[in-house]
Amino acid sequence: MRNILRVSIEKIREINHRYSKPRIRMSRGVRFALLMLRLYLIFLVLILAYKFATMTVLK
Amino acid sequence: MNFVSLLYYKYRRFAKMLSIFAMILGPGIIVMVADNDAGGITTYAVTGAKFGYGFIWIMFLLLPVAYVCQEMTVRLGAVTKRGHAEAIFDAFGSFWGWFSLTDLTLTDWLTTVTEFIGMTAALSIFNIPPPLTVIGAIILIMAMVMSGRYWTWEKIVLVFCVLNLIYIPAAILVNPPVLAILREGVIPGFPFGLNNLVFFFLMANIGTTIAPWMIFFQQSAIVDKGLREKDIRWERMDTAIGSCFTIVVGVFIIIVTGTLLRGVNIESAAEAAVLLMPINKYVGTFMAIGLFDAGLLGAVCISLTSSWAFGEVFGWAHSLNQKIGQAPWFFIFRLVIVVAAGTVVLIPGAPLILITLFVQVIAVTLLPAALTFLVLLLNQEDLVGRYKNTLLQNILASVIVGAIIILSTLYGVSALFPELFK
Repeated sequence: MRNILRVSIEKIREINHRYSKPRIRMSRGVRFALLMLRLYLIFLVLILAYKFATMTVLK
Repeated sequence: MNFVSLLYYKYRRFAKMLSIFAMILGPGIIVMVADNDAGGITTYAVTGAKFGYGFIWIMFLLLPVAYVCQEMTVRLGAVTKRGHAEAIFDAFGSFWGWFSLTDLTLTDWLTTVTEFIGMTAALSIFNIPPPLTVIGAIILIMAMVMSGRYWTWEKIVLVFCVLNLIYIPAAILVNPPVLAILREGVIPGFPFGLNNLVFFFLMANIGTTIAPWMIFFQQSAIVDKGLREKDIRWERMDTAIGSCFTIVVGVFIIIVTGTLLRGVNIESAAEAAVLLMPINKYVGTFMAIGLFDAGLLGAVCISLTSSWAFGEVFGWAHSLNQKIGQAPWFFIFRLVIVVAAGTVVLIPGAPLILITLFVQVIAVTLLPAALTFLVLLLNQEDLVGRYKNTLLQNILASVIVGAIIILSTLYGVSALFPELFK
């Protein structure tokens, strides 16, 4: 198990290194906007999860 | 004689075009029809029962939306010859890559759970116990890829896609009132007002027509099939036909339940099938068979999407043109997804119906992020050359992204403050 974990972590590091220089250079503003969009969508999903949880409890 | 020669020439030309198209077709039709998965069938069935024909006009609006999103994927896959996950990592770096991959894997797994929910519910109607359905479905899903040839897998899946059209004869059998359908379904409007429930079903119906996994699936399928730039126009046709199929099936399901179960409080397509059996046993049976087929198609395609994505990023062999021994991790990963998804369905007391509907809404909520990356990639001339997005395509895509964000926000607000929309 430890060996699998170690190999996986090494693989992830290798992938991060391989893709460390993105082809598309985004400005800070675009990167910020993308991050805010992602976080906002995740926030909406959390609201959905809350609604789902309350409906499950009510049932 | 000249006329006969001309006619023969035109016939030969048409036959040749048809044979080329027959070779190319597949990814577009499969992704669109598989999008009418178990969750989708449930969404349409419940929509018809709750709102009658009132949502049909929305379905027609979703046809070009689905086409626009998937057509971009066609160009990106055929030109770059890389899967979408790999394209995101390469273009945007590992931070955004992992974000997208995690999103995709989570929603894919949840959606695969809903496929097994649909399959077990459908076969329970014929007294087949859920554990048997789960085991049988897993065996069938894995067996379909054993040939080690993408073409064989594709042809098998296309047969299941044709079976998905079973809702059309079902709708004809219910003798729907055509004038009422035209009056209520074709003229846009919200006779039930705009409230939390309507937003939820709007989101669910959109989510069942376009979803993030479709972008990843079609791009990877195009790469695995070996389509090239010169095949783009045929693949566009394939995608357009698939879009029509998906919307037509959705509309016909709404017609079935909107005609026979209007006002009846149903929570799933399986429940609709059970209630339809005594009214018309053929309609009920078609509904159940269609639900199983939809679940199977969805499970086949969505599990493959994640396997392809992980294979592209982790550098495993990841082609359907390879056998298990040549691409072990590709098949093992897929097996883990389907087994884990099938197991959830067997948990006693799990809120399966709620999971089915909510997963559709979650998928569409996360769609803007996937579409934004797709549009950004298609604006890179050094990546896609002359297949770069035109201004119109960018505007259409932006409108779609904006509309989904607004709808998601409205639903979120209505979920937290329902009294605002009474």
